[in-house]
Amino acid sequence: MRHLILSSLAALAASLPAVAVEAATPQQLVADYAAQATKESPSFREFSAARGAELYRQQRTRTDGVSTSCSGCHTADPRATGRTRANKDIAPLAPVANPKRFTDVAHVEKWFSRNCPDVLERVCTAQEKGDFITWLLSVK
Amino acid sequence: MKRIDILRGAVLAATVLATGGLLAGGHDERGSDRLPPVANGVWQAECTSCHEPYHPGLLPARSWQAMMAGLDRHFGENAALDAPVRDEITLFLVANAADRNGNRRSAKIAASIPAAAAPLRITETRYIRAKHDEIRADVWKRPAVGSAANCAACHTTAGQGDFSEHNVTIPKAGIATVAGHPTGPASVR
Repeated sequence: MRHLILSSLAALAASLPAVAVEAATPQQLVADYAAQATKESPSFREFSAARGAELYRQQRTRTDGVSTSCSGCHTADPRATGRTRANKDIAPLAPVANPKRFTDVAHVEKWFSRNCPDVLERVCTAQEKGDFITWLLSVK
Repeated sequence: MKRIDILRGAVLAATVLATGGLLAGGHDERGSDRLPPVANGVWQAECTSCHEPYHPGLLPARSWQAMMAGLDRHFGENAALDAPVRDEITLFLVANAADRNGNRRSAKIAASIPAAAAPLRITETRYIRAKHDEIRADVWKRPAVGSAANCAACHTTAGQGDFSEHNVTIPKAGIATVAGHPTGPASVR
């Protein structure tokens, strides 16, 4: 019986999707982005919380005339609950208010790859991603 | 990777079977104005991170296919998904679409759309427009409604596929709380 349970558990574990494997801490994520940033630009030294804050607050007029920013949906305070254009709550971005933030690589990459083109009309560099998370981690 | 693909296939098959079971089962949703219950975890998780879950029976299959083929410019926003996730959701939407699910209200929606058209906005279909023709423009703009995309603001049972007029409560002007999204502790992500 015990054997059966154990082998069932093993089968269950083997069948779990790959998502669980990508769990990380925000610090690991920042370290990964630092490695990428070094590859992208040999002059990269370290991430800057100030640059991250600037990126978050930057109000930008897109080529289609729409004014966008990160804070437009996530609100001026990253500890606050934001709102999508379709009336859905967005849980806070700052880990101090939402410990689940920056713990899932696939989730983080999915949203950078959507929102950077939406706001900046281009993908973000590893340095920008690292700056962004570094700033949010510094928010108390 | 192969194992995951097989798994996805199995989950998908189970979902489609389960949905078929609901349709053919004891509840006679086919002849009903209530849209049949549907469930798909990936659809639920991905689509509701930005908006309420729009029932697949509100648009025909060709609309969902067009929608899912253009997620990188989804109503002015980038909502791109990885191909396996996108494909799974597309299959679910198509299988339960207005011209496929056999539901009476869905069939009326489907019949109101010209064959050559694949509208992306539910509110642009003739059936839905006609159903809402008595709603004044300012009602859509009320803070608690926001826009016509917010079905659940007035259709209190939209989440259950029930768009019956008996369950409509139009928020009064000046009430800021969005129905279905009470302000309070944030939902997780």
